Amino acid sequence: MTDTLLEVDHLTVRLRVEGRPRSVLRDVGLRIGPGEAVGLVGESGSGKSMTARAIGRLLPERAAVEGTIRFQGADVAGLTGSDLRRYRSQVAMIFQDPRAHINPVRRIGDFMTEALRTNLGVRSAEAARRAVEMLAQVGIEDGERRLRQYPHQLSGGLLQRVMIAAALLTEPRLLLADEPTTALDVTTQAEVMAILDDLRRELHLGMLFITHDLELAAAICDRTAVMYAGQVVEVSASARLHDDPLHPYTAALTAARPDITRAASRLRAIPGRPLSAFEAPDGQCAFAPRCAHALDACRETAPEMTELDGGLSRCLRAGELRGKLATESESTESESTESEAADA
Amino acid sequence: MPEPVLEVAGLRKEFGELVAVDDVTFTVPAAGSLAIVGESGSGKTTVARMIVGLEHPTRGTITACGNDRSKPTRAARDRRRRGREVQIVFQDPYTSLDPRQTAEQTLSEMIRLHHGWAADRRRARVTELTELVGLDSRQARALPRSLSGGQRQRVAIARALAAEPQVLILDESVAALDVSIQAQVLNLLAEIRDQTGVSYILISHDLAVVRQLTDQAIVMHRGQVVERGATAQVLDDPQHPYTQRLRASVPRPGWKPARRPVAAAATDGEASP
Repeated sequence: MTDTLLEVDHLTVRLRVEGRPRSVLRDVGLRIGPGEAVGLVGESGSGKSMTARAIGRLLPERAAVEGTIRFQGADVAGLTGSDLRRYRSQVAMIFQDPRAHINPVRRIGDFMTEALRTNLGVRSAEAARRAVEMLAQVGIEDGERRLRQYPHQLSGGLLQRVMIAAALLTEPRLLLADEPTTALDVTTQAEVMAILDDLRRELHLGMLFITHDLELAAAICDRTAVMYAGQVVEVSASARLHDDPLHPYTAALTAARPDITRAASRLRAIPGRPLSAFEAPDGQCAFAPRCAHALDACRETAPEMTELDGGLSRCLRAGELRGKLATESESTESESTESEAADA
Repeated sequence: MPEPVLEVAGLRKEFGELVAVDDVTFTVPAAGSLAIVGESGSGKTTVARMIVGLEHPTRGTITACGNDRSKPTRAARDRRRRGREVQIVFQDPYTSLDPRQTAEQTLSEMIRLHHGWAADRRRARVTELTELVGLDSRQARALPRSLSGGQRQRVAIARALAAEPQVLILDESVAALDVSIQAQVLNLLAEIRDQTGVSYILISHDLAVVRQLTDQAIVMHRGQVVERGATAQVLDDPQHPYTQRLRASVPRPGWKPARRPVAAAATDGEASP
């Protein structure tokens, strides 16, 4: 595979939590090709945002990092000075809460053109012209006026469009989008997603799309990686993630989510609570205590990532359970249909 | 026809020039469940705040269990009675609990306030409530800071139930929870309804959650009710263009998000002062 934009291999990150070094990421691997959208899905504490931060070189200085992150073949950890600045203009980030990532006392124009002016040496007038052009691309017509406004004068949805436009101004090759629509209303989410999707295709931009929403990831991304307790447990083509999961956690997550087309008498809740990465025990499957398919072996061996039907699964029983996990979510459906009939 | 436990008629709320809620009318039957669906600025939370008495209506009436509650009351007795009629669980389990009180203390205080009762009986009821919401004895004696979001939300639900209300308002109460925990809490709410016959008003932007928990739904847009009906019907066959747009905005397999005309979207997105 020479045509890879980003390669993450065996990424393990330890941070000091309450004075002790603890793993927040454990053996994470990811591939993103040019123009490819990869979803990163998981519950809180699973390590999604930490993965994005590691890729963006935004980890705290004292973090202990093992493994490699390569961008267009170059090791990201070794970048310094102008190479690091160049990398940062190639890899752009957008975040969940735009208001937390923009200086409230500076004008939109200042914020948008800063990277162009300081990193790429573009003159102010030219930077402003490009900013207005980019604003038009994200559906903001009156760009000149917007550049003179302050963040508090824009709604959340509008501000997130500004963030997207700003991120794209340096002509990045990879976009790290960390729950960019979670704080937005659903109709605004749909618009922002449409913009992201259009521009990504137009600019042939790779994207790592982080979300807790399996359905959103499945709808937007080519492939999706599912994280649990600091590890990637499944990577699959998004199209089949919902109906044909490879890992019991993915299946359980899908089955736990209420369905907009039918009510179930009870949801298939996953017992217990999601583990944070640093709580996960060594030498066993982190999901085993909550897994309906766990055997003794799952509590005694840490499963490796294994290839399965063109995807990856970190489950000892993945091969054996092949096809059966899908039946599980189907049986939920028939159960709920019955209960609905009973309600009627 | 079962007697409605809650009736809201011609409700209106103005904040200065802004009409946040405009002529909203609905009823909730005993043991029924109503969803109020809408996005930010639709007025759905203002309706909830008026029902519990945190805001006063500019016009209109709110009647719970046959008692009018549209006007503020000074009498502690009346305020407590209102608390036994309607309780609310807020979205954020991190800010809605007293950080210095354990779950047991929170519940015990609520029971003393609303029912009096001797210490023994209070203790027994606290145990009942913590079991009902699935908190173990360690969690029941813990301060909020050492509980997870899902556990805190269980405490908040138990606290609301301690007053033994006829109506429980759930204001985005499961929105901040992880999917696996959200399913547990939704099942818990279904369980509680089966056991106690409490009525729910679910305020939510999440249509799948609405489908799961409610029988009836109203859709609010810019302060007004634009559509109402059985939840299944509103979601499967939305009539109002806004409800249709809302329904079409929900991600699903094969979903292609639609871009609205640029100019309209841009004006629409302007923040209100």
